[in-house]
Amino acid sequence: MGKRVGIIGVGQTHHAAKRLDASGVELIAEAVTRALDDAQLTIKDIDAVVIGNMDHFENINYVDMWAADGLGSCMKPVFKVTTGGTTGTTVGACGYYHAASGLFDVVMAVGWEKNSESDTQAAISTCANPTLERDSFAGAIGPLATEYSMYMKAYGATEEDAARVAARDRNNACNNPFAHIRQHVTVEEVLASPMLSYPIKFLDMCPRSDGACAVIFAVEEKAKRLCPRPAWVHCSVVRHDYTHFGDLEWTWMPTLERATAEAYRLAGIHDPLKELDVCELYLPASTCGVKWMDSCWFCEKGGAPELIRKGTFEMDGELPINPSGGVISCNPIGATALIRVGEAAWQIMGRAGDRQVEGAKKAMATGFGGCSWSDVFILGADLP
Amino acid sequence: MGIETAGAAAVPRRSQRRFKQVREVIDALRHGTRRNTRRLAAKREVKQLSDWKDQVEVMVHHGKISVPYSWTVGSTLSKWYVLMRDKGEIWANRCPSCGKVYVPPKIKCNDCYKDMNDWVKLPGTGILESYTVVHYSEPVIQPQEPPIIYGLVKMDGADTAMVHLMGEVEPEQLMVGMRVEAVMSEEREANIFDIRYFRPSAGGEA
Ligand SMILES: [Zn+2]
Repeated sequence: MGKRVGIIGVGQTHHAAKRLDASGVELIAEAVTRALDDAQLTIKDIDAVVIGNMDHFENINYVDMWAADGLGSCMKPVFKVTTGGTTGTTVGACGYYHAASGLFDVVMAVGWEKNSESDTQAAISTCANPTLERDSFAGAIGPLATEYSMYMKAYGATEEDAARVAARDRNNACNNPFAHIRQHVTVEEVLASPMLSYPIKFLDMCPRSDGACAVIFAVEEKAKRLCPRPAWVHCSVVRHDYTHFGDLEWTWMPTLERATAEAYRLAGIHDPLKELDVCELYLPASTCGVKWMDSCWFCEKGGAPELIRKGTFEMDGELPINPSGGVISCNPIGATALIRVGEAAWQIMGRAGDRQVEGAKKAMATGFGGCSWSDVFILGADLP
Repeated sequence: MGIETAGAAAVPRRSQRRFKQVREVIDALRHGTRRNTRRLAAKREVKQLSDWKDQVEVMVHHGKISVPYSWTVGSTLSKWYVLMRDKGEIWANRCPSCGKVYVPPKIKCNDCYKDMNDWVKLPGTGILESYTVVHYSEPVIQPQEPPIIYGLVKMDGADTAMVHLMGEVEPEQLMVGMRVEAVMSEEREANIFDIRYFRPSAGGEA
């Protein structure tokens, strides 16, 4: 067990489809500056920096070198970590591990992406085995559609269940000034939007965004001194696997199931639906907001549709999910999972503005990437 | 293989027998068979595996993904390029905290992490700090046929040097420390070649 660590500052850009006013480095600078302001620190207070984004998305090697002025990392230890969609939670995990090790007091984690600079679907397809699966199962939408199709058949979930999740997240985003897409939609509008890949429709799917996020971790003594209400890290769990697409378990999410189980064990949580106050989950499509609820142990396998129909995860429900609007409202991919951690931290810190869940004391954030990877953070108002 | 021949010749019979057993276990493990597989089965497996690899027609798969990239220049560098394009001038920015002058301009001061809001116009002259003459050809990255002269130019009024090409000069005339000046392109498009190159200027060695 490492040292106890708290999140003391979060910063994010105003995300958009195309931030023409800002280069990648300028996006990073915007997020870093805001995180420093949030924590009331200067760059001199930062002992180490972790940064990451998606390989291939900007054709930039060495972001750890190329972005140094915006990142504020000159003459500091800086580490690049990149794990696909989970990059954001992995840079967060590395920030936490660095502080928890006792070797660094204050560590800044930064995730960013300038999706507008290339062809996201082409670049993301380079994650798949080039001699086997790229041509026959390319892109992010098809595989997610396939898994929900199987879940629908196995448990009687419907397209409307997914549409409810889409409407929930998209409407929540209207309370988040940073979100890329802030637009009220109804369940009917989601169902009527163009079919991308059955059963996923346009309004079920995440966009691609330009943006960055920075989260500052501090070891216990520093966190207590620097921040009136840190978001204490109760655990950070990473579960990655590698399989061919055909080897995957399609009716539930084994990595998420294992990662959340371990996270609950470490955080001493026995009934997550009751004990968690808010979640920021990396749901790349609304369909995942149905199927993956089983794998978060909120219910028995196949129980998610009923919870969704009851409104369990709405802002006024038992466990609000994605007050920020989630990934389908905003998706600068290398930053996306770190935004989940940052938003969860703000909920605990009481700084979530119009999207605040009143009195949130325990929050979960997840990252999703690869095929199929899951990272989990549990944050709390009380020391772990 | 090397272990097998060297070991078998050098060690006594009992050790040889022991060695053979160890080798079989290693072979079995190496080829993915279980430790408890019967020795005969392990041997047959090994034979089959080594046979099929000799007869495979090996393939190369040619991908179709070719991702076109475009880069947002950003507010800081856009300002710099537009000043070059529209006015034919080279500007720098200065840290409000430590006073360091950067060209090309920086988004934040490397040392102070301050916003760089002070812009200063440079005269376009400076000294050649170092150079090299490039003879090899890399058509994908080189802007013109070699030989090309890469120069490191410290401009008057700036604290950092910038890299660019040298022109109107023969390689043997180049000297470290010589005074140089920027030659702007006639038709400028707001990119780094709005500065056509640097050339030696009056005043000779600094
Ligand atoms: Zn400075």
